Amino acid sequence: MSGTDSSIRNDRLLLKGGRIIDPSQGMNAKGDILVEHGTIKKIDRAIEGTSRVPTLHLEGKWVVPGLIDMHVHLREPGEEYKETIRTGCMAGAAGGFTALACMPNTFPANSTSSVTRFIIERAREAALARVYPIATITRDQDGKQLTEFGDLLEAGAIAFSDDGLPVEDSFVMRLAMEYSLNFDALIISHSEDLPLSRGGVMNEGRISTVLGLKGIPKVAEEIAISRDIALAELTGARLHIAHVSTKGSVDIIRRAKGRGIKVTAETAPHYFSLTEEAVMGYNTLAKMNPPLRTEEDRLAIIEGLRDGTIDVIATDHAPHSILEKECEFELAANGITGLETALPLALELVRQGAISPPDMVRLMSERPALILGVEGGTLKPGSPADITVIDPDIPFTFTPELSHSKSHNSPFYGCKLQGKAILTLLGGVATYDPDVILP
Amino acid sequence: MSKLRSRHITGILNLSREEIAFILDTAESLKDILERPIKKVPPLRGRTVVHLFFEPSTRTRLSFELAAKRLSADTIGISAAASSVVKGETLIDTARNIEAMRPDVIVMRHPMSGAPHLMARHVKSAVINAGDGINEHPSQALLDLMTVREHLGSIDGIKVTIIGDIAHSRVAHSDILAFTKMGAKVTVSGPATMLPAVPEALGARVCLDIGKAINDADVIIVLRIQKERQGHSLIPSAREYAACFGLTMEKLSVARPDCLIMHPGPINRGIEMAPEVADSDRSVILEQVTNGVAVRMALLSLILL
Repeated sequence: MSGTDSSIRNDRLLLKGGRIIDPSQGMNAKGDILVEHGTIKKIDRAIEGTSRVPTLHLEGKWVVPGLIDMHVHLREPGEEYKETIRTGCMAGAAGGFTALACMPNTFPANSTSSVTRFIIERAREAALARVYPIATITRDQDGKQLTEFGDLLEAGAIAFSDDGLPVEDSFVMRLAMEYSLNFDALIISHSEDLPLSRGGVMNEGRISTVLGLKGIPKVAEEIAISRDIALAELTGARLHIAHVSTKGSVDIIRRAKGRGIKVTAETAPHYFSLTEEAVMGYNTLAKMNPPLRTEEDRLAIIEGLRDGTIDVIATDHAPHSILEKECEFELAANGITGLETALPLALELVRQGAISPPDMVRLMSERPALILGVEGGTLKPGSPADITVIDPDIPFTFTPELSHSKSHNSPFYGCKLQGKAILTLLGGVATYDPDVILP
Repeated sequence: MSKLRSRHITGILNLSREEIAFILDTAESLKDILERPIKKVPPLRGRTVVHLFFEPSTRTRLSFELAAKRLSADTIGISAAASSVVKGETLIDTARNIEAMRPDVIVMRHPMSGAPHLMARHVKSAVINAGDGINEHPSQALLDLMTVREHLGSIDGIKVTIIGDIAHSRVAHSDILAFTKMGAKVTVSGPATMLPAVPEALGARVCLDIGKAINDADVIIVLRIQKERQGHSLIPSAREYAACFGLTMEKLSVARPDCLIMHPGPINRGIEMAPEVADSDRSVILEQVTNGVAVRMALLSLILL
């Protein structure tokens, strides 16, 4: 990121007149930010510009700390035909993200420090986002043998998760949580009771009955979350629940937080934007795990975001090629891309009055930074100049041509969305500036 | 009505009450061909019907082949490997290859729900679903309707009870949709482990007590029982199933004496149905098989003519 022409050009930059929304400083008002040497130098109601400082006038725009997505799949190494670290970061930058935590289900899986180092190296070459590799809890997600947490953390791993192959054996999960205490490491759980969900391809309910598809009951998620929370309580480990999708799960997490258990949680934009109805017609673009649920769940997820039960909006960006999606529903891969639609979908919640603009920034930047323990998530002076400038009103239709991801598995293609990032700065350098607004 | 809205028959879900009545009327008018000494008429001469079966089938396939041949269509049968992954060719590629040979109709059975719907989106030929996963088996439901209509005159207002593995039976699924669409009241019964998540979504009422489920039924449809489902036994044993849920003369003693007994076949005699019940004069099981050919002739002619 250093030594390029753009970094020299942007050695100093004044962002003027935008609405600064930074919950870490309790700011939600018009103001100016001075960036110097890739760092936020000064933030104030009004900063006097000079002719030598390039100035960007941002009246009517929102200026927020760079968005952080703590749950993405970058597919490299192993499935570069779906996404690479570079294309995933491009999609992230276009979506307003400056940092991504990537799941370890690559080929090979991120179970060793050599894979962790490879990911970090590739991300450094791309220089489009801060990439934080999540390592597996068990070797190659085998559910049995713990990985070398110490070595992986040393190499740069940020947290541990067996992702879509959750640790089924409760004893192994207990060991993982206990061992995480030595390093104060974060355990991220894709909570799913596998025997209950086995064979299921969508939410169990009305639509699965009508379509003749085997369902995944909501309790498959809720039982596993209950177990993981009980183990977190027993061990004192830091537990983060990935992609919460049901009302029951929100209730369980709310009660656990009420009892003071160290648990945090995320949901994905599709769980507050869509329901199982989207599967009608055997639409494989609406197939993911956990599956889209019902309207009751969707509303409970929004309530969880509103009252702080759910800490984070993370995309679970899961690129798949047409090969994995243009096929029989049962054979289709789980997951959708999400990096470029997360912000407009979150802004929709803001427009509906479900969450406030500062809530949105908290959910998409401040909280993920705190949970992962990484820089960013704030515009305090001295912080890296990871900044997202948002036009909250601009309408657009999301199309594959607009997308920067290598894969096009989004159920939101053709949808009229509103609001997007118009400039993304990483350490003061533009990683996304489609209209070249940067002076 | 002179034409169906869609050239594809993917399921009862997508047929209207009027379309179903139209198919049944057509089947009735074609049925007498099956009783003639020369059982062949020319309307589909020069038309080609491909029977693409990704799952083993004896009677459905034979029934479709006979139906096509009775109408003078050329027929070709293909048995394909179940999974596109195993076969190394995707279903869409298979569809396009078959399409390139210009058939008029593809009759398709597949172990996965929605596969014929996928096929229908990718070919110009008409697609008839001959059974997809645990979703639908529309021609079976149509032949069941036809058989009941022949005996009772009308479907509207009658009571139909279906007993067995409702959750994993495409016959039950299509039957519930078809009978309720035509105005019947449908009750499902059997082990609670074999009920779908939301039977009401299809229009069925649940009654776990077999006696109460059948005591005022006009029609009892008994499903073939399969003990294993994805490696799991949903019932303790065949013996227990026969004792608790199998339709015997004794259990039938509470039912109306004139109720019709149906079964999509093949029967596990002595498990879901006692031999005396299968062979009793209330049983219309073989008439169902005959009507199957007539219904499939109706579907082919309505699609192609």
